[in-house]
Amino acid sequence: MLEYAFMQRALAAALIVGLVSGALGFFVVLRRLAFIGVGISHSAIGGVALGLVLGIHPLASGAAFALAVALGIAFASRRAGLDEDAVIGVFFSASMGLAVVLFSLERGYRPDLFGYLFGNVLAISAGELWVLAASAAAILALLAATFREHLFIAFDEELARAYGSPVERMNALLLVLVAAAVVVGMRLVGVLLIEALLVIPAAVAALWAANFRAQLVLSVALAVGSGALGLAAAWALDVAAGGAIVLVAASCFFATLSLRRPQP
Amino acid sequence: MTQTAVRFQDVRVERAGVPVLEEISFTVAAGEFVGLVGPNGAGKTTLLKALLGLVPVAAGRIEVFGRPPGASDGIGYVPQRHAIPPAFPASVADVVALSRREGLARLAGRGARQAVARSLARVGIAHLADRPVGRLSGGEQRRVMLAQALCADARLLVLDEPTIGLDLPAEHDFYALLRSLQTELGLTVIAVSHDLVALAGQCDSLICINRRMHVHGRPAEVIHSHAIQEAYSCEFDFLAGEIARHEGAPQAPGSRPAEP
Repeated sequence: MLEYAFMQRALAAALIVGLVSGALGFFVVLRRLAFIGVGISHSAIGGVALGLVLGIHPLASGAAFALAVALGIAFASRRAGLDEDAVIGVFFSASMGLAVVLFSLERGYRPDLFGYLFGNVLAISAGELWVLAASAAAILALLAATFREHLFIAFDEELARAYGSPVERMNALLLVLVAAAVVVGMRLVGVLLIEALLVIPAAVAALWAANFRAQLVLSVALAVGSGALGLAAAWALDVAAGGAIVLVAASCFFATLSLRRPQP
Repeated sequence: MTQTAVRFQDVRVERAGVPVLEEISFTVAAGEFVGLVGPNGAGKTTLLKALLGLVPVAAGRIEVFGRPPGASDGIGYVPQRHAIPPAFPASVADVVALSRREGLARLAGRGARQAVARSLARVGIAHLADRPVGRLSGGEQRRVMLAQALCADARLLVLDEPTIGLDLPAEHDFYALLRSLQTELGLTVIAVSHDLVALAGQCDSLICINRRMHVHGRPAEVIHSHAIQEAYSCEFDFLAGEIARHEGAPQAPGSRPAEP
């Protein structure tokens, strides 16, 4: 299958998205941000709809929307003193509502819409791949530079603050990175499925490894492996690549659950 | 001349507009071991948090080594904590290293590793360095937090109920360790405890608060003073207030217990 240029680009995209989602997913799982991930990724649908209606590139409008929602969640939960869960619920449903209204204004069938919702990695262009690689490099560099702070905050937020960690800024940054990862993964698995790559590999890694170094390596390996295997499965079975990638990752999770003894 | 490590000057802290601490004034000399006591709800933890810059001060002034709270390096904090999550994916050495203000790359460097090893050895848990931190006993975890504070090159140690949940021998060992560290490293120590007797036996001076300053002096003088009786009788009154509330005599929200 790799004799085709579009499959080479698809594989490269799967590896890039796997790297980002595996590394960032470690903190999404450790800091119990799975629901925030769902909120941000589903909110990006509002941005995609806005882009399609206004004639802006949906990837750009989706990115701007996801970023605004991530910062909005951080700001509103602090300002309103509400639990993040409630604030995410509001942003999530408001964005979906906006998307439904905007799509209803569109006449006719929009095949490109499904590409953004469920991924269309086979259609990724060389230019998009370069943007993807640059975005992934920026996300990983930021994560590496602030890794100690995020680990400290995950250990104990108040303790981290006492030792001078800029906790609020780091929390906002983490949400921004999740938003950026959603956009990076949009072409591979789509906004509706990217959460799976942010959560499943890291959750499986947390079940197997006791130290963050091993968890990180395993999480990235599983995310990258799921991407490559899922792509191969999609090619062999002639099914949608995004769904196949998520199902490979999910099967790792269920296999782990069945292999591991119940924890006391 | 003895340097002042901590100075509280007529400090007032409010929560939702209601004062939780007021008229708090004291100084702690560098190298001193100070015990902070008071009944439940007296504001001891709030006072420590104000000292660390974790809660804002509504009025008055706090200085830590001559600087505002939160602006001074060299402060180690051992929070009141029941247990580290068992699944937290870090070793003891990893957690101790977190208090150092270095990036990930430098944390793996020789300097940081030596600082971690030194801190662990000082608190007697060098052999636990590679163990998952969440699987240690309560007493061992308390030592990990102490090692973390030392690893930050602390000159001032702030401890909130450091012996809570420990049995009597473990509590004695912890205070003995704290005393030896204080002497060996010339540390200033401020420790909060609900256990007045245990703390009085260890510290150089004792501060007793109950929302406001009651007494500050040498332990032997403080525990026999009228002021401490006054502060602790508030706890009795507070409990009596609770019982009265249960019996249908409501107490105004935020109201202070009656002075004896």
